[in-house]
Order: sequence, then structure tokens, then C-alpha cells
Amino acid sequence: MAQTSPRSQKSPYPLWFFVPAAVIHGVFFLAPTVKSFWYSLTRWDLSTAEFIGLENFRQFFSEPFLVQGLVNTLIYAVTTSGLKTVCGLLLAVLLTGNIFARGFLRTVVFFPVLVSTIGIGITFTVMMHPTRGIINVALEALGIDGPGWLTNPSLALFSVALVDLWKGVGLATLIFIAGLAAISTDYYEAARIDGATRFQQFWRITLPLVRPATVTVVTLSLIGGLRSFDLIWAMTRGGPGFSSDVVASVIYKQYQAGFYGLSTAGNVILFALIVAIILPLTLWFNRREVSQ
Amino acid sequence: MTIHIKAYLASTALIALLATTPAHAEVTLSFLVDNSPDTVAAAEALVEAYQQKAPDVTIEIEQRPGGGEGDNIVKTRLATGEMSDVFLYNSGSLLQALKPQQTLADLTDVPAQAKVDQGFKSVVSADGKVYGVPFGTAMGGGILYNRAIYQELGLSVPKTWAEFMANNEKIKAAGKVAVAQTYRDTWTSQLFVLADYYNVQAAVPNFADDYTNNKAKYATTPAAMKGFDHLKEAHDAGLFNEDFGAASYDDGLRMVATGEAAHYPMLTFAIGALKQNYPENLGDVGFFAQPGEDAAKNGLTVWMPPAIYIPAASEKIDEAKKFADFVGSVEGCKIMTDINTVQGPPLIDGCPLPADVPPAVTDMLPYFKTQGLTAPALEFVSPIKGPALEQITVEVGSGIRGPAEAAALYDEDVRKQAKQLGLSNW
Repeated sequence: MAQTSPRSQKSPYPLWFFVPAAVIHGVFFLAPTVKSFWYSLTRWDLSTAEFIGLENFRQFFSEPFLVQGLVNTLIYAVTTSGLKTVCGLLLAVLLTGNIFARGFLRTVVFFPVLVSTIGIGITFTVMMHPTRGIINVALEALGIDGPGWLTNPSLALFSVALVDLWKGVGLATLIFIAGLAAISTDYYEAARIDGATRFQQFWRITLPLVRPATVTVVTLSLIGGLRSFDLIWAMTRGGPGFSSDVVASVIYKQYQAGFYGLSTAGNVILFALIVAIILPLTLWFNRREVSQ
Repeated sequence: MTIHIKAYLASTALIALLATTPAHAEVTLSFLVDNSPDTVAAAEALVEAYQQKAPDVTIEIEQRPGGGEGDNIVKTRLATGEMSDVFLYNSGSLLQALKPQQTLADLTDVPAQAKVDQGFKSVVSADGKVYGVPFGTAMGGGILYNRAIYQELGLSVPKTWAEFMANNEKIKAAGKVAVAQTYRDTWTSQLFVLADYYNVQAAVPNFADDYTNNKAKYATTPAAMKGFDHLKEAHDAGLFNEDFGAASYDDGLRMVATGEAAHYPMLTFAIGALKQNYPENLGDVGFFAQPGEDAAKNGLTVWMPPAIYIPAASEKIDEAKKFADFVGSVEGCKIMTDINTVQGPPLIDGCPLPADVPPAVTDMLPYFKTQGLTAPALEFVSPIKGPALEQITVEVGSGIRGPAEAAALYDEDVRKQAKQLGLSNW
């Protein structure tokens, strides 16, 4: 059947039906977004805004920590998204298999998703203390000198990313479990008759057919990673120094310092960054789906 | 608390409706303070005493976090017209960032101002008008030290940086932590730079003016660079506690109070927390000003306490002013010094220092007795303080960034703040 574009199709609803939703969208989403583009061009103290052109953007890009913040954001997003996708899929394969206490184990994996991010951040900060934290105390008992998980500038961001993985992998697993359940068992039966190994089954059947779930997980976790803030703020506040700063934490610090125009400009940049990464990615995923 | 206020309002409304004779005008004022135990205790005592004097006034205390989060709340509430009728906030540069001329009520004519220290008035003024009354005593910024360790190792209080480092070497050799650093609470990392200001102004008398007017920079003023240099030097000498990156402010207090560490660079407001958390060790903690280059020019960098302000948008400015007048009076000052540990000399004329002050306070007093041995910290003589200093000093203290590069980075941060304040010459 030929697809008709949504425009050419006549809507089954009368116009007034859209009005309430349009008003809510306009007042709460459209107007603030448009206004934030204006404020990003001003020096703003919440009561008066002085137009200063692109000065905020120039300032934001000349912040020495911003460049690092941008790089960190990308590292953080790619690391957490990649790990969540791989670990989520493996866990989903495990948890859809014929194993003992499957329902209980699924619940356990999902549980951290429900816990408050700040609570998790504070708990792990205590556990990752370089001398008194349970992780390094345990490592020391094994004769290993544990690193300063959150105090070593080259390690802090990755420590937070690992905690993010622990917290977020449950959601990825859930999406993958749903994706796996949608694959017809006929394929596996046929493969077994043809003598395919378990690995071949996973590689040739599961992986290609779970693709819609993979796309969802990658997109969601990448967006989540790009705008990630709460966990980083709870654990390191972007420190030590600026070494685990991401764009969102830089923006927050500007806001805290009273640089409202500058932090709004930062949000516009973050918005552009997310669009610039997610838009081509989604197009690419969709094109491959169509061509298959 | 909101529910409480609503219930209260509802009940007073009901009483007003039911009452046949009109009652005298009851007023409810809201009073926003930070949530540190000392502040809350002092605020509660003041409110209680005031309500006894003025029975028709009810004052509801609201609490907010301190530090950057608190700045955020105060700025946002002021800008949106949601500020409480009376609020507590820093004096000096942080006050200037609130743009007091536009947002606050003029308190110049409050009677209590007659006895308020001139130096304090200057740090809560803008364009010749006074906007606050003091809440607490003056404080010193320098180094808290463990007197027991000093006695045990036969050390004397250093007057120069070289003497200080020589002491540190001996303390380190004795197996103790020489200098406690606590970068979990990033603000604590700034002390070596900020408390060095007495030495900066002794070497470059017009630094504050030139700095405010975009003429003097940290990176190009050798005397101002010293704070950054010293921090780096202390890090490189391995004087810090092993967990300096993860330790908190309270860890620092514990270390210097119990003798785990010999020195903790800090403001004397810590005496309040020391008394609360380590009362039995309070007598072991002494204080000295940050040592500079020249023993003959040893002096103290002084911090001013926060102040009580009234937002211009309040509908109860007159009643709020009466409360502010009470807080700034000798009586109000006495209530505060009775409830809390004194952190330094009171700023109200006629308000005496209690007899039993801890050694860390008595150590401060000689500096105040001689003219010229104290200087207000830079943030009280210039409206500009860069917000990123605490991250930058964490970097220097952790060995991530060198002092020269750090000072240049801070100069950039200062430029940003000056532009946001709309100062001329920037």
C-alpha cells in the first residue's frame, strides 16, 4: 500500500479539538523556547535584559572549561549509551532464557531505575571514598591499592559513568526484553534444525530482529547521556576542578553565579548539540530500516 | 512550612471573623535564613525575644541551603518578587551582585545604625545608602592550628611563610598531617588565596581599586600571585591529608580539633561548628593570620558577617524595619553572642565580648587592638569576586593546574563577573 503523507490526508478531528492542546503547548513549551533564544542574546539579571548580540556565545566558547565540558559530554554520552546497549542486551538475553527465579531477577535489575538519582549519587560517593569507602577497603583486603575513583581527575568522569550504567541498565534491559519477546520462536526452531550454534542464532537472528529495540535504547540513552546532570552534580559537582564538567553542569554553574543570559545561551548550545547528534542518527537508523 | 503558614492564616482569618471587637493589628513577617545550626539558633533566639517585646508581631523563620545553592534561591526569589519580608545574606561583593539599589529597602535611617561599626556599614552600602544591619561578629580568615601538636613539637606561631613551611616539615616528619585540605566542599579550597589579602594590600596598597577598575590583575601582580603559589607549594611538598580530594569541611574541623592535622586554613566562623561538634577539643584549637613574606608586616584579613536585609518589594517594610532595628541593637547583639560562640569582635558599639571566649578568638584580638593590623578581605572592598575561584583553587591544590595559568584563568572569571555587574571600564 502506498503511504500517504500526513498532510494530504484529511484529519478526522475538527479544528477545535486541537485548540486545548495547542494552547498548552504554546504557553508552556513554544513561548519559553522562543523567549530563551531572545534571552541568550542578552545580559540578563532576571529583571532587566540588555541586548548584547552574540557576546554570550562568544563568552561561552571562550570558557576554557567549556571545551572540556563539551568533550566530556560526548565521552559520557557515548560511554554510557554504548555500555547500556551492550549490557542491556546481554542481560535481556539472560533474563528471557530458561533460568531460575526469572521474574525476581528481572525485578532486581530494574530496581535501581526507580531509586532517586541523588540518593544513588550520595551513596556511591560514600562508597567511592579513596581511603574509607567500601570499594577501596575491599580492594585493599585483596592487596590492591584502589584509585581515587572520584578524586583522580582522569578517572572521575568514568566512575560516574559506571554508576550511571548501573542505574540505567534496567530500563535498557526492559526494552530489550520486550524486543526479544516479539521475535517469533519459529526462526530459532528453523535455525536449530539447520544446525546453527547458539552464537550463530544470536548473531544472525536475535541481533538483526531486535533492531527496533536497539534503536530505541541507543537514542534514549544517548539523549539521556548528553543532557545528563543530576548524577554528576550529586557525585562530583563537575570536579575535581573542572575535570568531570559536562555542558549541563557548566550551564548550571553559570546560572548559580547569576549569569542568566550566559546560562541561557549554554542551553541553546546544548539544544543545538543534541539536535545535531540525534537528528542524523535517527535519519540514519530510519533509512536503514526502510532499506531492509 | 507553607501548610503551617496557611493554617495559621486561615485560623487568624476565622478568629477575625468571629471576634466581635476589633483586635489590634497583627502582623506576620517571614524571615529567610540559611540552614546552618548556628544561624538557625541565633535567628530563633532573636525572634523569640522580639515577639515578647512586640506581641502583635509573628515572625516565621524559613530556611534555605548555604553556598551557591543559597545564592541561587536568594537571587531568584528577589527577582521574582517572592522574597520573604526580612532575609539574611552575605555582605560585600555577594550583596552587590543582588543590585541593592534596585531590589532592597534603604535602612540608613534605622536607629540602630548609629552604633554599627563604620567598617561594616561600608560593606552593606551602595551609592551612599546603607542596606543592612549586622548579624553576628567580625571574623578572621587565616589558619586554625592544633595547639597540642605545637606544644608537643615545640613549635612557635609562624609570622612568615618560610617559618610556616619549616613548621610543616617538622609536623610531617612527626607523622602528622601538616595541612588539612577538604575539596569535597570546594569553597574551603579558597582560603590560601583569599586570606592572603592582608599581605597583598600591604605590598600593593591600591590593588583593590585597580582591580575593580580593570587595571590590576592577579596574574600580573606578583603579590597577588602568592596565594596561588603557596597553595601549589603546599601540595607539592606533600603536606595534605591523603584523602584531601574527598574530605569534607567537617572532616577538616575534626582533623584540626583532634590533632590528626596541625593546620586547617579557614575562617573563624568555624569556631561555632567546632564548639558544636568537638566541644572537648575547642581549647586545643588556636588561630593565626596567614603568614606573608615579612614578619614585620604580619596582619589579619577580616571577613564581615552577613546582614539582615529587607526587599524593596515587601509590603511590610515598616514592621520589618523595626525587627531589623532590634537585630542591630546592643540587645540583639548580646542575644546572638550569648547563643552562639563568638567568632571575633562584635560590630555594635557597647556590645561586650563575653568573658569565656575560646583560644581561637583570643588569638585574633591582638590584631584588632593595633591600627593597621587588619584589612577587610578583597570581596568587601571590591564588588567583584569571580564565581569559579573555588574550582580553580581545587585544581591548583590538587596539582591539576599551575599557579600562573590558574591566576590568568581567574582573571577571566573576574572579567565575566564585572561585565555581568555592568561596571564601567570593563
